[in-house]
Amino acid sequence: MIELQQINRIFTVGDQQVHALDHVDLSIQSGEYLSIMGPSGSGKSTLLNIIGLLDRPTSGTYLLEQHNVTSMNDDTLAHTRRNKIGFVFQFFQLLPRLTALENVELPMVLEGIPPAERRQAATETLNTMGLGERLHHRPDQLSGGQRQRVAIARATIMKPAVILADEPTGNLDRHSGKDVIELLEQLNKTNMTLIIVTHDPEIGLRATRQIRMVDGRVMEDNHKR
Amino acid sequence: MNTPDFIRLTLTAITAHRLRTALTVLGISIGIAAVVLLTSIGEGIHRFVLSEFTQFGTTIIGINPGKATTAGGSIGVFGTERPLTIDDALALQRIPNVQAVVPVVQGNAEVEAKGRGRRTTVYGVTSGFPEAFRFDTAIGKFLPADDPQAPRALAVLGDKLRTELFGNENPMGQRIRIGGDRYRVVGAMQPKGQILGFDLDDTVYIPTRRAMQMFNRESLMEIDVMYREGTAEKIIVKDIKRILQARHGKEDFTITTQQQMLDVLSSVLNILTFAVGALGGISLLVGAVGIATIMTMAVRERTAEIGLLRALGAHQKQVLTLFLGEAVVLAAIGGFVGLAIGVLGAQLLHMALPAMPVHTPWIYVVFAEALAISIGLLAGVLPARHAAAMDPVTALRAE
Repeated sequence: MIELQQINRIFTVGDQQVHALDHVDLSIQSGEYLSIMGPSGSGKSTLLNIIGLLDRPTSGTYLLEQHNVTSMNDDTLAHTRRNKIGFVFQFFQLLPRLTALENVELPMVLEGIPPAERRQAATETLNTMGLGERLHHRPDQLSGGQRQRVAIARATIMKPAVILADEPTGNLDRHSGKDVIELLEQLNKTNMTLIIVTHDPEIGLRATRQIRMVDGRVMEDNHKR
Repeated sequence: MNTPDFIRLTLTAITAHRLRTALTVLGISIGIAAVVLLTSIGEGIHRFVLSEFTQFGTTIIGINPGKATTAGGSIGVFGTERPLTIDDALALQRIPNVQAVVPVVQGNAEVEAKGRGRRTTVYGVTSGFPEAFRFDTAIGKFLPADDPQAPRALAVLGDKLRTELFGNENPMGQRIRIGGDRYRVVGAMQPKGQILGFDLDDTVYIPTRRAMQMFNRESLMEIDVMYREGTAEKIIVKDIKRILQARHGKEDFTITTQQQMLDVLSSVLNILTFAVGALGGISLLVGAVGIATIMTMAVRERTAEIGLLRALGAHQKQVLTLFLGEAVVLAAIGGFVGLAIGVLGAQLLHMALPAMPVHTPWIYVVFAEALAISIGLLAGVLPARHAAAMDPVTALRAE
């Protein structure tokens, strides 16, 4: 479902050109569980941003479900992000002034789904994540693990084809980190493609397919049997 | 995005920083309050002055001798204009739809009664005066419709002159001397107050012919023509010109209609109202700067939020409208608060200083609110565009 062909991403920093992605070829099947590892500056976050349509490659072709997304305009990209892709961030990125429920509803608000319908969907999603008691709490009244679960609920509320998690446990203690990873793996079992960027080998090795990046190139691509 | 959701999202952003919101709103509301208050005073003065002038009616045409023209050569040669006479006034009476014609002479003379004397303004008028100027007697009757060329020696007292000369006594039928001649009092006017410094009550009214003799005048100072309401003023003016030109052989008189005067006065007063409103507009400008500042700060502070919204699939246009909406809501709330302060202030001012005329037309209220909203739009447009144009990746990285 994701086809990256000869993707280059070059940043200009001052008068220097940084090759963040260097001729990356990558093909990801629907329902795969994939981890991207590598030292900082290796281009793993850039790769995730390009897969998530937040960034555009300098050159190369990106096919998402057979559609060439490199030629899409900004609005179409936003629309595709909303419906096909769910993001989970290291720092949760919840809006502090909204309740857990309202944060989860946000993608549906942007889509223009009627309040009753999205309230029900958000409540159900939060219930399945064990946050039924916390619907009307604001992020600052929730623990780190709970916040990340709210963020995951928000990422999945639109039933996306792929979840992109950038260091989802980077800001959590071991215990809640494990909970979050298990939650993501559960979602993967419902055939959502899961891509996790991490520098924690313990988490990275749980994935069925592991990619190691160095200097903007894919150095290893291991499939677990 | 649905409109109610859009509004709710905007409101949560605004209520998240109460103090900051309150201060921004205050900035705009002071501006709007100033505009409303100042235009209320301006409009109040406008109405007050107009009512002062229209208390004599709006269907009056004044005719004065002489024509303001520039001629070559000596004035002595060409200055052969004929003065306005009582016969001219009588001729104008025949114009259809003319209700009253008053030949006017005015001067100062000593009025004596019961050993008391007072120097006062003497108006030489005719029986049509109360009708033409909507000014009636308090007791007795006005001057009767005598032969204009040989009227009886009767006088009507202004309210102030009456109390000065007679106090609480009934002046009816009393003998008085005006400029040395003997007159009999047949009535006294209602109080009218002052207009532009002229005390309209410190007066005495006598027949025009007798005033001309008293002041040694051959001619009138003015003829006032009052026409029936609803009649075309143009036609009356045309008839007056035709008749007087026929009598004088040329246009040696000047016609001033009340409507012309009111139009000029009204346009002057409109400029006054606009000018004070513009003064208030300066403080509104300061409020606009406040909104622009707050929105620039908000965009900077909430960079991560903008990144998140974009990641969740918000269009650039949606981000733009969200921030623009915040600016507009801030300005609109400020507008409402300012309207309340302004209207309340105008009423308080009116209560504290009853002499100060204050009036707030509702169209100004609507205009002020629309102004506040457009100011919000203008002030918010740059920060909102900045927010919409942000690169999502860079925005997300901001913490």
